[in-house]
Amino acid sequence: MAGAAPGGGASRSEVYRGSGPRLLLPAWIFIGVFLLLPVILMAVYSFLTKEFRGGVIWEFTFAAYDQFFLNRGLFGDEPPTIEWTYLGIFWRSIWQAGLATFFCLLIGFPTAWYVATRPVSTRSVWLFLITIPYWVNLLIRTVSMKFLLRDTGPLNEFLMWTGVIAEPLSLINTNFAVQVGLFYSYLPFMVLPIYAAVERYDFALSEAAADLYCDSWTTLRLVILPAVKPGIVAGCILVFVPSLGAFLAPDLLGGAKTFMIGSLIEEQFKGAAGNWPFGAAAAMILLTVVMGVLLIHARAQMREDG
Amino acid sequence: MAKTDLRRFAGFRVTTWLCLLVLYAPLVIVAVYSFNASTSITRWGGFSLKWYVDVFTGPEAPRFRDAAINSFVIAIAAATCATIIATAAAVAMNRTGRFRGKMASLALINLPLMVPEIVTAVASLIFFITIGFKTGLMTIFVAHLVFCIPFAYLPIAARMQSVPDMYEQAAMDLYATPWEAFRLVLLPLMIPGILSGFLLAFIISLDDFLITNFVKGAGIETLPTAIFGSVKQGIKPNIMAISTLLLGVSVVLVTLSWVIGRAGQSRN
Amino acid sequence: MDQKNIAVDVDHVVKRYGSVTALHGVTLDIREGEFFTLLGPSGCGKTTLLRCIAGFEDVSEGMIRLHGDDITPLPAHKRPVNTVFQQYALFPHMTVLDNVAFGLARRGWSARDAEGRARQVLKLVQLTDFAKRKPGQLSGGQQQRVALARALAPEPQVLLLDEPLSALDLKLRQAVRVELKQIQRETGIAFVFVTHDQEEALTMSDRIAVMSNGHVQQIGTPREIYEAPVNRFVADFIGETNLLEVDVQTVLGGRATVALPGGTVIDVPAADGAATGPGHLSVRPERITPTDGPGSVTATVDSHVYLGTDIQLHAKLDDGTPLVVRMQSSGADIPAQGTRLALDVEAGAARLLAD
Ligand SMILES: Nc1ncnc2c1ncn2[C@@H]1O[C@H](COP(=O)(O)OP(=O)(O)OP(=O)(O)O)[C@@H](O)[C@H]1O
Ligand SMILES: [Mg+2]
Repeated sequence: MAGAAPGGGASRSEVYRGSGPRLLLPAWIFIGVFLLLPVILMAVYSFLTKEFRGGVIWEFTFAAYDQFFLNRGLFGDEPPTIEWTYLGIFWRSIWQAGLATFFCLLIGFPTAWYVATRPVSTRSVWLFLITIPYWVNLLIRTVSMKFLLRDTGPLNEFLMWTGVIAEPLSLINTNFAVQVGLFYSYLPFMVLPIYAAVERYDFALSEAAADLYCDSWTTLRLVILPAVKPGIVAGCILVFVPSLGAFLAPDLLGGAKTFMIGSLIEEQFKGAAGNWPFGAAAAMILLTVVMGVLLIHARAQMREDG
Repeated sequence: MAKTDLRRFAGFRVTTWLCLLVLYAPLVIVAVYSFNASTSITRWGGFSLKWYVDVFTGPEAPRFRDAAINSFVIAIAAATCATIIATAAAVAMNRTGRFRGKMASLALINLPLMVPEIVTAVASLIFFITIGFKTGLMTIFVAHLVFCIPFAYLPIAARMQSVPDMYEQAAMDLYATPWEAFRLVLLPLMIPGILSGFLLAFIISLDDFLITNFVKGAGIETLPTAIFGSVKQGIKPNIMAISTLLLGVSVVLVTLSWVIGRAGQSRN
Repeated sequence: MDQKNIAVDVDHVVKRYGSVTALHGVTLDIREGEFFTLLGPSGCGKTTLLRCIAGFEDVSEGMIRLHGDDITPLPAHKRPVNTVFQQYALFPHMTVLDNVAFGLARRGWSARDAEGRARQVLKLVQLTDFAKRKPGQLSGGQQQRVALARALAPEPQVLLLDEPLSALDLKLRQAVRVELKQIQRETGIAFVFVTHDQEEALTMSDRIAVMSNGHVQQIGTPREIYEAPVNRFVADFIGETNLLEVDVQTVLGGRATVALPGGTVIDVPAADGAATGPGHLSVRPERITPTDGPGSVTATVDSHVYLGTDIQLHAKLDDGTPLVVRMQSSGADIPAQGTRLALDVEAGAARLLAD
């Protein structure tokens, strides 16, 4: 899960002045000891020597990063060239995540807009309908999608019944299936922040634009989109970041050719590969990219807030 | 005279219905097929509850029962602790003025939302192995607790922001100690936020597969890991029945949290 | 004044919020059983001072004493002082009775005694029938009285009220003023009342402290404040006044001779601190009257406003200083625009200010 950080802390109230640090102690202990420290430890592991079949030897080395970025031939004695295998997997992850973000935006923006412009009485029901899938177990949703897309699954049956196709389409284990899975997994993440932004949008701006001779699509482009941009950006981050490190969709809906970074990392620990430092290095690289995206977003937001 | 509605854009309504179709179709189809009498999972063979019976009495029943118990116990424990920790943190962030490390604390609370799940999973595994913490129910609980904190925090902090601090000031003006002001005044006013925070954390804990799969240790399963293990061998009808049951639990909980949220709103 | 009669002693209190200084060394004392009002424009620091007395804010410098005891370091819940909040802050999840009994329970009263006392106070504010309601089911005026009852129940040594009437409509506000004053007299508790409404301050208070920009400008009875303002701020803020630039020739024993614009010299009361040289003379509009004689000043009429019993003339002195004159409307002709008027300034009712 990834996301921007709402729930701010700018409140001026100080009725329990002085107890702040004490009250935060449990949060610091649990998140500090059981997340922050492990991530630091993971960074250390990425510089250690691998032990076969899992674990590490406490000897410092760059081997994991070397393996990720450089190719030194079969026996490691050739002059290094760039290793494309893992960069390729990374690139595929970025491409898939970007595509999923694009499609989510394509469907999510009109949906968020439509829901946010319903009369107040029905709006919360609409919102409720959109949020329910968000709270349904991701594994179950992915499994459902797998079932739907099977060669002999309901989608193929339906298409054959209508006569659109004669032979079942082979959908599962393709990049397409992974894409559908990512899109399906994270679509609600796109809708909710955009919805929040549209709900705050002042429709007098649309009226002003119409008054100044904008047709509705020009208004959308010149007035509405800039106004709700923060919501759109937040939605894109909320979809892009977890898609990038997704495991379930590529694992259940994809195959060997659709490998993504999440599966690559998982395989180092749970699978046959068993190379912990390499898995830790790959996780570090993923973390760096994600933190970079979040940092850029935070700085851009701070600049806009002034 | 009919004016153009500035809120209306051609195609947006169709897109919304399409969005709902995409979101619900797979779930509805699985729910429908879970009542399929046929053993071939895609041929419709009439209505039957036999896969539900199978879930509770079939050969895999004990495995799923244990997994379900683990899942619910962990979810309740993790959500309870996370709610308490998040409430304390929300008080610190909203009611104690400025202090050193406040912004860092906010970042820390949100850290579990920012670190990709797979990274958290790997880091937790490495950490538990390194310090020699035996993987099992305890490690799952701790890991869940950590990522439940921000989810419990969000609605609790939001609610606390909407409760003005004048009530607690009034309480203290009337000789209540800070603890009494919290217990007798702020806490009762926070109930809706705390309940939705708890429910959110509960659902999130119940939902987790990836991190659990890394830190669970041999032989211990939660529902998602058990389902995942099963699905790896192919989707069987009993999985669809379990999925439908879990779907029902999620829907009930979300509805509950929605109703509580509305009640809280209308009371103010 | 005997030290024993002083309920609250605010001693050179400074309050800073970062770079903003809300109170610049405020010194005042509030006597026992007195209705004391803090009056001033928005943002002048009234709420801040009240919150310092209640214990919601730490003072940056200075000291606050309650009956001679230093309470500056005490937290709010240890000060025998209660507050009626501007928005009432009634606990929405408790009944009226529980609200009123809240402070008593915290002070260790048994549930039974607390309920008895709470009912007694509810009777005082005439809300006996509403004891079991929740605050959300009361009208604004009723909520206001519950807030008052809740603050009075523990018999505080001082009651602090931060614009308690501002949420009420005009009619109700006038009724509650009388009621509040009566309750204050019956209970004998010192009230510190915050308002920016001068009429409210003048009609209710025993003494008023006029504040601006974190400074106390003047402390006095309503009459002193209105009739004997010490400086331009007070004269201008309380009621309507004309500030004439005069040349002060002599100052002696609370009186001064000043030369009005135009040269007429008159003898007027002077505030402490007035000095010779250029100064300001405050004259209320109703103390300037058109005359058939030569008058002390001459002015040209610009416009008029008809106010029913009165007519307000806006005029200009020959040097351009604007002047407001209030005359009775009965019988008199309204002078047309451009008319030159001879005006008499009632010397005894004018006042030379300190700045
Ligand atoms: N918590 C705070 N932080 C910073 N500045 C503050 C704070 N509280 C008050 N101030 C500043 O202190 C000054 C005095 O504020 P205060 O609330 O006492 O005014 P007031 O006289 O009660 O005004 P009003 O009639 O509008 O209620 C103002 O300039 C205000 O901006
Ligand atoms: Mg105020």
